[in-house]
Amino acid sequence: MDREIAMEPGAHPAPCPQGAKVLIADDEPNIVISLEFMMKREGFAVLVARDGREALETIRREHPRLVLLDATMPGMSGFDVCEAVRADAEVRATRIVMLTAKGRETDMARGVGAGADAYVTKPFSTRELMQKVKDMLAEPPAGSLPA
Amino acid sequence: MKLPRGTGAVLAMLLPGLALALWLVLGAGFLLMALDGDARTALLGALAPVAESHGMVLVLWWVLFSAGAGLLARRFYVAHAEAPARLADAARVLAGDPAAPPVPATGPAGLKALGEVVNDLAAQRRALQDDMARLVAEASRDVAFQRDQLAALMAELEQSVVVLNLEGRILLYNARARTLFRRLFRAPGSAAGGTGEGVGADPIGLGRSIHTVIDRALMDHARETVERLMGRGEARPSARFVTTTPLGHLVRVLLAPVRAEAGGAVTGFVLLLDDITDEYEARARQDRTLIDLNESARASLAAMQAALDMLDYPDLDAPDRERFQAVVRDEVMGLGTRLSLAADASSDLGSRWPLQDMLGADLAAAAARRIAADTGHAVATDAVDADIWLSVDSFALIGALAFLAARVAEAEGGADPAFALRLAPAGGRVHLDLAFADAHAAAGGAGWPGAPMGASQLCVRDVVERHGGELWLERARSGSGACFRFLLPAASEGHAEAAAPAESRPAYFDFDLFAASAGSHASDDRLLSELAYTVFDTETTGLDPAGGDEILQIGATRIVNGRILSSECFDQLVDPGRSIPEAGIAVHGIRPEMVRGKPRIGEVLPAFHAFAAETVLVGHNVAFDMRFLTLKEQASGVAFDQPVLDTLLLAGLAHPGEESHSMEAIAGRLGVTVSGRHTALGDALVTADIFLKLLPLLRARGIRTLGEARAAAATSYYAKLKY
Repeated sequence: MDREIAMEPGAHPAPCPQGAKVLIADDEPNIVISLEFMMKREGFAVLVARDGREALETIRREHPRLVLLDATMPGMSGFDVCEAVRADAEVRATRIVMLTAKGRETDMARGVGAGADAYVTKPFSTRELMQKVKDMLAEPPAGSLPA
Repeated sequence: MKLPRGTGAVLAMLLPGLALALWLVLGAGFLLMALDGDARTALLGALAPVAESHGMVLVLWWVLFSAGAGLLARRFYVAHAEAPARLADAARVLAGDPAAPPVPATGPAGLKALGEVVNDLAAQRRALQDDMARLVAEASRDVAFQRDQLAALMAELEQSVVVLNLEGRILLYNARARTLFRRLFRAPGSAAGGTGEGVGADPIGLGRSIHTVIDRALMDHARETVERLMGRGEARPSARFVTTTPLGHLVRVLLAPVRAEAGGAVTGFVLLLDDITDEYEARARQDRTLIDLNESARASLAAMQAALDMLDYPDLDAPDRERFQAVVRDEVMGLGTRLSLAADASSDLGSRWPLQDMLGADLAAAAARRIAADTGHAVATDAVDADIWLSVDSFALIGALAFLAARVAEAEGGADPAFALRLAPAGGRVHLDLAFADAHAAAGGAGWPGAPMGASQLCVRDVVERHGGELWLERARSGSGACFRFLLPAASEGHAEAAAPAESRPAYFDFDLFAASAGSHASDDRLLSELAYTVFDTETTGLDPAGGDEILQIGATRIVNGRILSSECFDQLVDPGRSIPEAGIAVHGIRPEMVRGKPRIGEVLPAFHAFAAETVLVGHNVAFDMRFLTLKEQASGVAFDQPVLDTLLLAGLAHPGEESHSMEAIAGRLGVTVSGRHTALGDALVTADIFLKLLPLLRARGIRTLGEARAAAATSYYAKLKY
């Protein structure tokens, strides 16, 4: 799984784009607390969504640069949100990191197939996640549309 | 020319006298003609006085001589002409009937010897026939014994077994198969409304096609698989597949060929069927539980990991620190709860060990006998709930109880431990207690369940685990008693059905179906004697189907290989959706309250259609019933397009001289007992009996095949009547 996080300890920290909008979409409040806290500490403008539908609405309204998207949410799953984002020209360039408790190969393949930029299996190291987020935001946006 | 018996003897007796008289008359005439006139006159003149004086004496002499010679001639005739004829007649009778009396050994020596030889030959033939009959009877007894053995074996099998011929027709099934098919394949609503146990439309029956319940394409595919495996030289070729019933159950089917001898041609197929719905659902639940547990554990661990990562920040203020610590505590609690739920779910799935339903009282009685035999101490079984059924490996469990009892008895050192077995329900499970008097004796008892019971190294706890159960040593709060308490699974619902002995015998078979040809079943070229029939009758609100009269009841039975299958009947009351005229009630006795709540014809006809599938329909005056069925074809979505035979028309062909062909009249002529008339099933059974009696009469008139019967019936007088 080449897009999965694979960080060597002590890798070069990427510069943090101050104030960049990041959406955390997860129905588990306990993980949202930590991720939100950490992202804010790192200087991101953090948005939170509690289910898939709310996440998609927030993405279309707020145009975050990156979404931490839980795969299993009530109503609309993370996979569905991802597909909807990639199908929407307005927000297609949004970076998506799929967070999931599904550890099977088939689930990872589905996440990547749905268009996620990275697929992170729970549990994960928040430091490594943060590094991945910073790296992805430092890269030029994919596709021809501006973020 | 053959003379009537007795005439010859009379003629033989008269013949000598007549011959003498003729000789005298002819001799005298010749003498008189030879003499010249004077000499003739002189002779007559000389004889006249002699005739006058001695004529009577001469006549008397003639009579006496004739009588004597006649008697001798008669004896000769009887001995040499009549006796051989009698011998021939008697021999002819003896040739036709071995039980006839022996031929008369009378007459001359040669004839006598011939008679004795004929009698000896007849006696030898009788002895040979007796031997033959004895051998046939013995062979038949052997075959019947083997069939009974097979039937008993089939009936006791835990698995549902169906044997098919090459056409896919059922020639044997056991009670379990019938129960399984009834439960899984019967369409809801229709046949379930039958009038009692054993009636309604059984989805399977002898001679019926398996394709009415299992998709033909699926069966064909399995047969091809088996044929391919056989072609490859597999020693035990078989095919497995899973089919879905109309009620959504999953049935696992194993199909294996029946071969006349090892490696020989295939003559049929055996199906072993299992309802795997529960098993499949249990496995699906288990998978779901594992996946859910994996996902929820990962989510919890992720939240904990993230919170712990936050706690690593050195500059965290107190409220944030408290917040992240709370997250960790919350997730630890949540994870614990989810693990407990998963453990409960997996224990609900039970053990994979094959367990059998058993009446608790039987288990306790068997265990008590074993413990008494092993320890020499009596075991009380008073506190056993007689209604409890368990799902157990009884052999292993009784072994475990006996092992623990032996340890207790050893600890008691010869004193009576006052063993008692108790059985009581405990929620959805069962408590089985091995109680004994002295708790001190069980001081080391806690270790016994883990000790190996014998050479197999199996311990009591292993046995308990097989049952997905628990075991502990419990000491009485008051007094000195103690018990080993087993927590065991109760049997699931429906064990009574599985154990019902009345249903388990007999098995249902007809091996003659093996020989059924593979041709089209309803072909006109098939012999009447080898076809399968559905004989049916209807009761209706009136005689005018087009005018709104409706079917009230359908009754039917099946004939396979010349046998009425009275255990495979269709008997269904139908709600006509209209009033029932009083005049009709007087005939059929079906009152409105009897049909209230019964299925409508739209539900019943598909069930009856399935019952009659791939058979020839037979009825008495069947055109009337067919008219009702045909009018409902569109509404019910089923068409009765199979061949139809009418006993009214067939009786007209068999007895063309008779005027009345009412069911009673025909039954009377054929010696059929009429009972249950004017119930649909009763009339159908009488019609079936009549039909079977008509078959040999039709054969005598050259009507042997279905096509011949249909052609002949179409030309008969009654066929021209219209309804």
